[in-house]
Amino acid sequence: MDIYGWVQLAIFLGLLLLATRPMGLYLFRVLDPEGKTFLDPVLKPVERIFYRLMGVDPAVEHDWKRYAVSLLAFSLVGTLFTYAILRLQHLLPLNPQHLGPLSGDLAFNTSISFITNTNWQNYGGESTMSYLSQMAALALHNFTSAASGIAVAAVLVRGIAWHTAKTVGNFLVDLVRTTLYLLLPLSLVYAVFLVSQGTIQNFRPYVTAQTVEPAAAPQTIVQGPMASQVAIKMLGTNGGGYTNANAAHPYENPTPLSNFVQIFSIFLIPGGLTFYLGRMVKNRKHGWSIWGAMAALFLAGVLLCWWAEAAGNPRLHALGVASASGNMEGKEVRFGIFDSALFATVTTDASCGAVNTMHDSMTPLGGLVPLVNLHLGEVVFGGVGAGLYGMLVFVILTVFLAGLMVGRTPEYLGKKIESYDVKVSALAVLLLILDIMGFTAWAVVSKWGLAGLNNAGPHGFSEILYAFSSATANNGSAFAGLSGDTPWYDTTLAVSMMIGRFFFIMPVLALAGNMAKKKILPESGGSFPVAGPVFAILLVGTILIVGLLSFFPALAVGPIVEHYLMIRSNAVF
Amino acid sequence: MAAKAHSLFEAAILRQAVVASFAKLHPRSLMKNPVMFVTGVGALLTSVGLFFRPEGEPLGFGLQVAVWLWFTVLFANFAEAMAEGRGKAQADALRKTRTRTMANLLTKDGSLEKVLAEKLRKEDIVMVIAGETIPGDGEVIEGVASVDESAITGESAPVIREAGGDRSAVTGGTRVLSDRIKVRITANPGESFLDRMILLVEGASRQKTPNEIALTILLSALTIIFLVVVMTLKFFGIYSGVPFSVTVLVALLVCLIPTTIGGLLSAIGIAGIDRLVQKNVLAMSGRAVEAAGDVNVLLLDKTGTITLGDRQAAEFLPARGVTVEELAGSAQLASLADETPEGRSIVVLAKRHGLRGRNLAEMPQARFIAFSAQTRMSGVDADGRHIRKGAADAVRNFVGGQFPADVEDAVTRISFQGGTPLVVAEGRRVLGAIYLKDIVKGGLSDRFERFRAMGIRTVMITGDNPLTAAAIAREAGVDDFLAEATPTDKLALIRKEQAAGYLVAMTGDGTNDAPALAQADVGVAMNTGTQAAKEAGNMVDLDSNPTKLIEIVEIGKQMLMTRGALTTFSIANDVAKYFAILPALLIGAFPVIGPLNIMRLASPQSAILSAVIFNAVIIIALIPLALRGVRFRPLGAGALLLRNLLVYGLGGLLLPFPGIKLIDIAVNAFHLV
Amino acid sequence: MKVLIAELRASIVLTLLLAAVCCGIYPLIVWGIAQGVFPGRANGSLVEVDGKVAGSSLLAQRFTGPKYFHPRPSAAGQGYDAADSGGTNLGPTSKKLIGTVRERVAAYRAENGLLPDARVPADAVTSSASGLDPDISVGNALLQAARVATARGIPKEAVLKRVRAHTEGRDLGVLGEPRVNVLLLNLDLDGKM
Repeated sequence: MDIYGWVQLAIFLGLLLLATRPMGLYLFRVLDPEGKTFLDPVLKPVERIFYRLMGVDPAVEHDWKRYAVSLLAFSLVGTLFTYAILRLQHLLPLNPQHLGPLSGDLAFNTSISFITNTNWQNYGGESTMSYLSQMAALALHNFTSAASGIAVAAVLVRGIAWHTAKTVGNFLVDLVRTTLYLLLPLSLVYAVFLVSQGTIQNFRPYVTAQTVEPAAAPQTIVQGPMASQVAIKMLGTNGGGYTNANAAHPYENPTPLSNFVQIFSIFLIPGGLTFYLGRMVKNRKHGWSIWGAMAALFLAGVLLCWWAEAAGNPRLHALGVASASGNMEGKEVRFGIFDSALFATVTTDASCGAVNTMHDSMTPLGGLVPLVNLHLGEVVFGGVGAGLYGMLVFVILTVFLAGLMVGRTPEYLGKKIESYDVKVSALAVLLLILDIMGFTAWAVVSKWGLAGLNNAGPHGFSEILYAFSSATANNGSAFAGLSGDTPWYDTTLAVSMMIGRFFFIMPVLALAGNMAKKKILPESGGSFPVAGPVFAILLVGTILIVGLLSFFPALAVGPIVEHYLMIRSNAVF
Repeated sequence: MAAKAHSLFEAAILRQAVVASFAKLHPRSLMKNPVMFVTGVGALLTSVGLFFRPEGEPLGFGLQVAVWLWFTVLFANFAEAMAEGRGKAQADALRKTRTRTMANLLTKDGSLEKVLAEKLRKEDIVMVIAGETIPGDGEVIEGVASVDESAITGESAPVIREAGGDRSAVTGGTRVLSDRIKVRITANPGESFLDRMILLVEGASRQKTPNEIALTILLSALTIIFLVVVMTLKFFGIYSGVPFSVTVLVALLVCLIPTTIGGLLSAIGIAGIDRLVQKNVLAMSGRAVEAAGDVNVLLLDKTGTITLGDRQAAEFLPARGVTVEELAGSAQLASLADETPEGRSIVVLAKRHGLRGRNLAEMPQARFIAFSAQTRMSGVDADGRHIRKGAADAVRNFVGGQFPADVEDAVTRISFQGGTPLVVAEGRRVLGAIYLKDIVKGGLSDRFERFRAMGIRTVMITGDNPLTAAAIAREAGVDDFLAEATPTDKLALIRKEQAAGYLVAMTGDGTNDAPALAQADVGVAMNTGTQAAKEAGNMVDLDSNPTKLIEIVEIGKQMLMTRGALTTFSIANDVAKYFAILPALLIGAFPVIGPLNIMRLASPQSAILSAVIFNAVIIIALIPLALRGVRFRPLGAGALLLRNLLVYGLGGLLLPFPGIKLIDIAVNAFHLV
Repeated sequence: MKVLIAELRASIVLTLLLAAVCCGIYPLIVWGIAQGVFPGRANGSLVEVDGKVAGSSLLAQRFTGPKYFHPRPSAAGQGYDAADSGGTNLGPTSKKLIGTVRERVAAYRAENGLLPDARVPADAVTSSASGLDPDISVGNALLQAARVATARGIPKEAVLKRVRAHTEGRDLGVLGEPRVNVLLLNLDLDGKM
């Protein structure tokens, strides 16, 4: 844990702090259908054309049910669109490597994976996907699933901020505006930056290099439109790599600078959303308190992960490997320990899932951090939108649990938390836990589940637990030793991703709809305080207790036992 | 019965509660409480599991776990039974007053017929004669009587009940002391106040309040989550080669699900209503008690709540050329026979001006003129002097239509300051004015200050003019006032506050208060009030003490706080229980995880047993807290939250560590496993 | 039902529109700028030797001979497969990982003439995340220098000088780790740069 790490950590948090307000203010304009942005001269006409062609009146708002129908319909169309391209890629253009069609299972899994913002990859990007598939089938959803997430977060925030309202917004309008005004311009600048660092952007066939050492075989080098895709995969917290190695690949993430920007870009929009919340509910301190709670959880995670990875693997040290450089298995030299730990923490704090280090090869406690982040529901800044709405569900539960202690019916920003709100919030959390635990339990005792393991023993358990945690949390990172491309895993993981996405979004929309209907009680000295350090600590405590209590036994059987086996025994698996 | 608080653990109640805890094991009864139902099923499973023990698990261990799981359920039942028992004790006392009362039913032909009180229906008319007990709730339609209501209110002084006006309501079970009254019965048997109160305190008619329903949902969700956790752990065990037995899995489950709050939840609710009853307030529903905790605005009647009912003489303001002593002396003379509190206070004030007390016997020739609504003056004619005191305009007429300028000024000034001016005149000579002051009750302004901190606004309602009202409001420290208030104004004010999202509490007694009482979120009717008022409100104060509204709010808050505190405590407990049980579960297969056993519990079995015992015993330990409620502190929400979080959150996190450790030491000392 | 059809219709139109904008116009703009401003990087930072592509400066390739610096072990495809990136994904208590590292440690000590109990740099014996890690740590490079010098018959000092020249510091002084690019270093030693 050297000084360079601490300095980078300070710079990272400092930049995030600085970016939160401007990002939040911009989001405030984008998510208001009448909001003005500096891009209006260019994009307003495009936006109007979109509405005209779609036959949508942007001034019409809907209730939460209609909003849900829109979201589901759009997701369905997107899934079919992607499935079709993946199955037909051999017949479609932009396939210089003549890659064949994906199997039905894999195409199904991949379609669901991208529509749910998971970007779980049961395929190796460069060896499976044509350029068209990369661009149209996959990158399209990097935009739309991110925009959908932001839209849902906006709806929940509106539900909290508005009062006695019947409508919550128009999904298609939110989606179009988020994509056009937020994601596209940012991605454009970002992609060009990545090219400047060495990320490729071309449409050439793969290059064959005659390697320097004559004895070595020629090297086939991947090509394609990578930068445009990497930009949105990070910004939209999608995480689906162009290549199999994802952000560890030197083309996807060429330099420590590109690495730093990529990590930062994961938190950029989620950070801004906390400010957006504060701005919308006219309680900026509340937004910042949530930011603070997130930052605390982030710091706890990154420090534990960094410490564990820097300490390295004593088993290897016993063989004569220098212990000073930490656990380098599955890491890149240019990133080293700290940048890898930071990436692993941030990518799972958010629902990104891009990786610059192989999580499977991390030390047990280092790997515990991403796993716990997934179990907490990725609410530490979180996926774009998904992080905020997940966090707000926790906020509602926190306010309800602790709110009674001030001698009032629990009240969140002037709105009473009633049994309906508790019901849908608890339901959302319950379904996620059921999803992860149920599928993991099935996998660890079935031959289909065990067939995919790369490691045995507690680490094998962690691989399976991680897979379903990642799928449910719509993260997409993996303990990648698990071979997920079997019909059983393709299907179960896809179901898991769908539950994690839509069975969470539906209760959240219902919650938003119900909150919007309520009256707002003016704030008084008796109102439950949702700003300030006490609230932030309480929120962190609730998240840790609810999240950890549910998963502690599973974590004990996996990484915790593995940790003690690693440091206190010679057992190998 | 009234006002008698039962000590927490009274032998009779304890006995009944123990019996009831077993009766409550019936599945239908357990079903109402999902957490306890799961615990009960778990206890049953472990009991059955005793016959299918895995190898190496001694019978003694399984048996003890099973026994303690049953105890967990019994303890929760016991808590509820205790709360109900205390309520029943109150109810029984009430019930005694009404057994076998006979009534004189006035039949259609005008004759009287003796019937049992419980046969009376609504609209029946009965005659009640001195010495008889009033057979049911009703309204006096003819006659006047003094009534002993001590059975209900605990107040020994008899009260007057008369037909018409705001003092016409009578309550079943009270006794007529003098005269006879004709009463129209207004409640069917089983629907009277007493009946409702009995049902409520017994817990029989208790419905879950909105907060309780929401909390139950959350607790159920947690229970389901932990069911999933424990059931999947079995599969994880299969993968890891650790065969978890049913006993240890159930033990883990019961320790994780929120049994503490689950077991005490209904007791807290019943105890809340019970505490109100001890304050002599009948709530019509648990919902009303909860609403009291949520109240944002208190509408307080000036007279009786903020000020003492009576004004008192505070100052003599003599006219020019008149000494204070002269004015005081005349005022004293004029008030000697005036037995009203105002009159007495004038005599007292005069004494303070060095005048010796006189009494009537000294002045046999004096003719005292009593106050009448026509003259609005009282006074005395003695030794040729005609002294009068009274309202300014009445005295002005008496002296011929003109006051000296300084007296006129004094009268105006007194009005401005919120007082009532009385003018004293002897013959045509105006002696000066007496400043009658509304006396604001002591300690109120502190209390209102604390309410402000809790976010509750106090609004004084008065019939006084705005000037007077403002002065009193300032002195009492209320946030706002409504002057020259008519019942319609009151209703409008409530509607306005509610439209802004506030919850409003008020007291009232007159029939014309009924709409406002009904509109208010918490409407406390005075027992002396009319039947209509009592029907409209959702609470009745048997003492008819409007100040009690403040205590009602505190009790409501206290109930909510107790619920929140115990929920937090219960969930925070889980952390320690995990650290007790999980290492115990895994250490057999993975001896390397020894360091995880941070409490250094002696053996896996004693660790599990200790956690289970702790989990059961904590319910018993917290029964007093549940019944008494957490201590109420009038603080702002932020301070309250911090305080309760430290006590119940942090405390809940830490306490079980030493607790389980101590039990573990005991378990090993007695070689229980 | 009518609502659903309207929604589906709008969704289909929107999907096509967004596909055109996000998957057509956007990547093409990036492509245009990239090819215009950073053609070398946009096409893979390829290194040409004698007019032929010899590899990419960003990607590791196999070097096994003693006269070359060796990159980190690779798990990409059959090793250093630049069209099939990836790591070993072996956990810390994996029998295979510990076995492989034990062999690599022994081999590394033998190749570089180290003492049997010498500490070996972690990056030299562990597989990188991508299997294409172009860099090695400075420590690793310094330990290999003697072997390369011997094999090439040049003074060790000359090799160390090349190593220092190809040592890249932290980006902006703080980001990442110092590192040595293996391909560029080897090409330099071959005099092909």
